[in-house]
Amino acid sequence: MSKTATEIEQPDAEQDDTALFGFWIFLMSDAVIFALLFATYGTMTQATAGGPTAAAEFKLVPTFIETLLLLTSSATFGRASVAMKYDEPRRVLFFWLFVTLGLGLVFLGFEAKDFADMFADGAYPSRSGFLSAFFALVPLHGLHVVAGCFWLIVMIVQVRVIGLDRRVKLNLLRLGLFWHFLDVVWIAIFSVVYLGGHIA
Amino acid sequence: MNTPVWPLLLGRFEWRDLPFVRAILDPSASNLVGAFAGGLVVVGAIVVALVLTRYGKWRYLWSEWLTSLDHKKIGILYIALAFVMLSRALVEAVLMRGQQAVAINTPGFLTPDHFGELFSTHGSIMIFFMAMPFLTGLINFVMPLQIGARDMAFPWANSVALWLTAGGAGLMMASLIVGQFSTGGWTGYPPFTEVAFSPDVGPDYWIWAVSLGSIGSTMAGINIACTLYKQRAPGMAFMAMPLFCWTSLCTAILMIFAMPPLTVATALLALDRYLGFHMFTNDLGGNMMNYANLFWLFGHPEVYILILPAFGVYSEVVSTFSTKELYGYTSLVLATMVIAVLSFTVWVHHFFTMGQSANLNAVFGIATMTIGVPTGVKIYDWIWTMFRGEVRFTVPMLYALAFMMTFVLGGFTGILLAMPPLDYLVHNTLFLVAHFHNMLIPGLLYGMLAGYHYWFPKAFGFRLDEKWGRIAFTCWVVGFYLAFMPLYVLGASGMARRTHEIFDPSFRPWLYVAMAGAGVLFCALGSLFVQLVVSIRNRDALRVFAGDPWDGRTLEWSIASPPPEYNFAVVPNVDGRDIFYRRKHAEHQAPPYAEPYAYEDIVMPRNSASGVAIGVFAAVSAFGLIWHMWWLGVAGAVVGIAALVTRSFGRDQHRILLAADVAREDRRWRAALAEARSISRHTEMTTANQGLAER
Repeated sequence: MSKTATEIEQPDAEQDDTALFGFWIFLMSDAVIFALLFATYGTMTQATAGGPTAAAEFKLVPTFIETLLLLTSSATFGRASVAMKYDEPRRVLFFWLFVTLGLGLVFLGFEAKDFADMFADGAYPSRSGFLSAFFALVPLHGLHVVAGCFWLIVMIVQVRVIGLDRRVKLNLLRLGLFWHFLDVVWIAIFSVVYLGGHIA
Repeated sequence: MNTPVWPLLLGRFEWRDLPFVRAILDPSASNLVGAFAGGLVVVGAIVVALVLTRYGKWRYLWSEWLTSLDHKKIGILYIALAFVMLSRALVEAVLMRGQQAVAINTPGFLTPDHFGELFSTHGSIMIFFMAMPFLTGLINFVMPLQIGARDMAFPWANSVALWLTAGGAGLMMASLIVGQFSTGGWTGYPPFTEVAFSPDVGPDYWIWAVSLGSIGSTMAGINIACTLYKQRAPGMAFMAMPLFCWTSLCTAILMIFAMPPLTVATALLALDRYLGFHMFTNDLGGNMMNYANLFWLFGHPEVYILILPAFGVYSEVVSTFSTKELYGYTSLVLATMVIAVLSFTVWVHHFFTMGQSANLNAVFGIATMTIGVPTGVKIYDWIWTMFRGEVRFTVPMLYALAFMMTFVLGGFTGILLAMPPLDYLVHNTLFLVAHFHNMLIPGLLYGMLAGYHYWFPKAFGFRLDEKWGRIAFTCWVVGFYLAFMPLYVLGASGMARRTHEIFDPSFRPWLYVAMAGAGVLFCALGSLFVQLVVSIRNRDALRVFAGDPWDGRTLEWSIASPPPEYNFAVVPNVDGRDIFYRRKHAEHQAPPYAEPYAYEDIVMPRNSASGVAIGVFAAVSAFGLIWHMWWLGVAGAVVGIAALVTRSFGRDQHRILLAADVAREDRRWRAALAEARSISRHTEMTTANQGLAER
């Protein structure tokens, strides 16, 4: 019973299952990193050293728009996953992947604008412990989104060049998990950092 | 000599960053030691390169080892790395003992900064680049064999993890040749390691070396856990796994949860140093207590990451060499789990004296003492396993016995330290140094060495020399007691740890004894290398190709030594613990070594150079960041990411081993098996041992 070359390039369902399971564990490990940064941030909210405070610096309108952008991008990625699952025409898949990428990039644009405004306002990380903790936490999420966008571009190219073989599908599934995970983290950032900053 | 040479290209490099230049400018003993060490690294690298060229082994090394995704070879490379790093860190320990023995009311032969570098590198290497690679390597090699798997769940990620760790180790070695290492200890506490107090490259070396090791270990942990969850042979329930697999699983879970705090701690310290953040600085709202909490949130579980695999080795070794089923298997599993969970509840005991309330200290003190309970359970289980067993005193068993006695002593001093009022008295003294060496030498090093002796025949197909093994064992044990028992006395008398010069002459005799102990430990290491050479020379007489030299109990002994690339010609069916032993001794309906009905094609991963590339270029990038050669930092990162992306595009990444070839190899082994003379357990240490146990 010998297998053909294409069969071995297509790992069986059990291996896919293992691969996704491994990615879940990675996300859990990544979640620990964010949890620790949240905890650190929590201990440093009062360490403003006479500099800008949360209430003065955090703008709810742009961050709320960012929240909507990211949540929408999760929905559009979900739509792309559905297109992949049901073998819809390739252009449908591309359309939703590009929409997701666009939303991610616009999110990054908004976030960069937020940070630039803060810098202009004298709220930069070397100003105080509080701002250091903020800039350790929130831009790390931003960096994750950058990585996610880069990965998305790689995947779009792979779908184009290689097509939807099992490994491309698997990596799209992993990227989907990653993308939704960033959403969850952002919701925590919006609630704890931005809303929390105004309540306090 | 005191200005950067070419800042645009070489960052902040100055000529006096070379230890050789420092030695020429000021030929003091301390500088000569530094230049000698740097020279040793350079000469060593050149000699290795020349030998490889002379014997034309570059291609062999590259294609058979460095780029291999075989879990066994990756495991062996990890352990080779561990031995190299162990050698360096042990020499550093001897130097430190030497300095303290002579520096009584005189400055000694090392400068304070050099002494500070030595205790920082010694600790960092022993934890991150000796202990971690050793245990990761052992798990890598043994665990898939024990669960009847053909490889780890993620063979390629396995290679990346190895090379990230090796990259970190490379940075440690680079710090000998260019620049200097941190003087902030293996814990790298700010604010001392902040730019304000340590503007040099030292803490940056520490940050990046440790970060690479930490990321590598996180990946290894994910891989090990996934393998154990998903790749077990058909029928192997969790409660049928060998105990080493259980301790591997708990270690992996700890790695997944406990390495991220370290990554966070070092990354935030890097933000402080590179971008002027105020996470841990003294001014503008920085708070170093966050660092202490983050670091020890990693640091305490790390202790159990180090010790649990050794517990697994002892469980296997004690059971095999007592010719008895492991006593209290379930309680050992539960105790391992309990230790893993409790390990996250005790981190504050590393800084009882740093200002939190007495009640908080009490909570953590009690939690700390609680860990003694499951550990005690384990010790009793091992003793009961030996009870009325047919105990054979092989080298691994000797280590296990030395461990049990020595570790219990260390545990007692741990209970003492767990009491905050007492901890206040001996905090930061040599008492603490004695305590943690008393835990880690038996609880990690002896375990790893026991595993090394126990599984070496499996890995290479021949046993290690018994005589030199016993000499090395004796040296490790005698050396340990001589080197560290005096430190309890000195610590209780108030001698602070990390002291460069001593002003109390009454400490002198104890320091001399400790110095002698360090010498004996150095001989122990030497004996291990002699043993290796002697064994390789005698390999034909020591050969155990049949694969079962110790009347083993678990699946790894049911195959050839060394095992074929795919481990099992046919994946075994398992229906309980100690399956191989029960089959051999007719406690099971199926015989051992049953010939399979049919062979199938086997799919194995092809070699990949991208793991090497990612690890090496991550280290190159880190080197650039350390020296502020920004172009190099960026370039290394770009190449590393490019290697990752390229790999994701690659397709033809597996190869098929044809059923006929598998059958041929398997039958060759079966023929040898049929010819081998079986031996009784009492002759297993003689050359009559061909790896077939008497039934």
